Amino acid sequence: MYPPRFDYVAPTSLDEVLELLDEHADDCKILAGGQSLIPVLKLRFASPEIVIDVNNIPELQQIRHEGDELVIGSMVRHHVLADNPDLEPIFRVITRAGHWVADPIVRNLGTVGGSLVHADPRGDWATVMLALDAELVIRSQEDGERRVKMTDFLQAMFTTDIEPEELLTEIRIKKPSGRTGGTYVKLERRIGDYATAAAAIHLELAGDGSIANAGVGLTAVAPTNIKVPSAEQMLIGQQPSAGLFDQVADACAAACNPESDIRGSAAYKRAVVRTFVRRGLDEALAHAQA
Amino acid sequence: MEVTITVNGTEYSRDIEPRTLLVHFIREHINLTGTHIGCDTTNCGACTVHVDGTPIKSCTYLAVQANGKSVLTVEGLKQGGKLDPVQEAFHEEHGLQCGYCTPGMMLVIKDLLKKNPDPTEEDIRWAISGNLCRCTGYQNIVKAALSAAAKQRESAAAK
Repeated sequence: MYPPRFDYVAPTSLDEVLELLDEHADDCKILAGGQSLIPVLKLRFASPEIVIDVNNIPELQQIRHEGDELVIGSMVRHHVLADNPDLEPIFRVITRAGHWVADPIVRNLGTVGGSLVHADPRGDWATVMLALDAELVIRSQEDGERRVKMTDFLQAMFTTDIEPEELLTEIRIKKPSGRTGGTYVKLERRIGDYATAAAAIHLELAGDGSIANAGVGLTAVAPTNIKVPSAEQMLIGQQPSAGLFDQVADACAAACNPESDIRGSAAYKRAVVRTFVRRGLDEALAHAQA
Repeated sequence: MEVTITVNGTEYSRDIEPRTLLVHFIREHINLTGTHIGCDTTNCGACTVHVDGTPIKSCTYLAVQANGKSVLTVEGLKQGGKLDPVQEAFHEEHGLQCGYCTPGMMLVIKDLLKKNPDPTEEDIRWAISGNLCRCTGYQNIVKAALSAAAKQRESAAAK
């Protein structure tokens, strides 16, 4: 299958990208990793006049620490996050999720920013970023830079707060100060399939071993990826215990809204959410305490 | 659009449409048909090639993106008239049935052995998890990968 005809531009600076976006907003698509865009083009779900390739802008591919924030460039590829020894101790939820995105070959090209902007409700990164209360940095030629909370970014499936003339440049996450642990637990029928259900768990412990902060997100069990604030509130300030984790897992199963489809019935997916959140909490705690 | 892409060490300059996928460039513009189109939807991995040393699915990558880059296809594995250890191992262990997935499998295993010269069976199964064998002949593919790893370690030790 061929994509439809388009013009191709590969700018080498961010300013050039923003200028092109401003000029062609409604007729263009950004080519990030291309692992969703190119299939979408082949299927004629999109027929842009211009494809703007942003693979040649080094600043979008950086990961850096800035003050108390971790800054991930939108063009950082999945495999870079999956195999990142620097992130493992503070955000294990990111490195674990990285191993579950698509398959090993797709991870060499696909990008975290591309995944967030594509906003497939079965994508993995949005769930992680919801659990971590990430902020997204979005730029345009006319309005410069703005920051959007991940919780405000997702509006509906495949629909986000980003405007056609805007580019997602960075993901910013506040770094934890104490001991942390996290994981991403995903059920899929085979590698590369969409999630049947998945859970992102992030725990931060205080000096006395109680839970100082918690992040909980779910994939593929609602019209968008979801954060579960009720579960997070149940955890924060408490000493971890099996009883507490059981209650949190039940709360997550109640908070999601899965649909029955070829991957399983709604009741089955709720049961998966309960079990996977429970396992995820144990695993995250074990790593935080290690 | 004019592009110059190095494939298996040879530079090819062609005038192509931007929508040309890398796999089409390889198969139809320079006539190297060892790279296969399987699913055409980024699932099966039959079209896997290396671009600047990294395995990618060439049905989901524009040829213009490879402009100025270096591509390795299955035809480039053989060096100086000698099969690559991965190819030898696939031959000896019968790591193929119909052969359709084989080029992609071999290029992924080549990459795995570069990063991990002594992989476990589990490492191999994870590494090829983005490559589908329609014959379900995974057992011999895994055996071939283990054998290729042993061959490479032996030849490295001999040097």
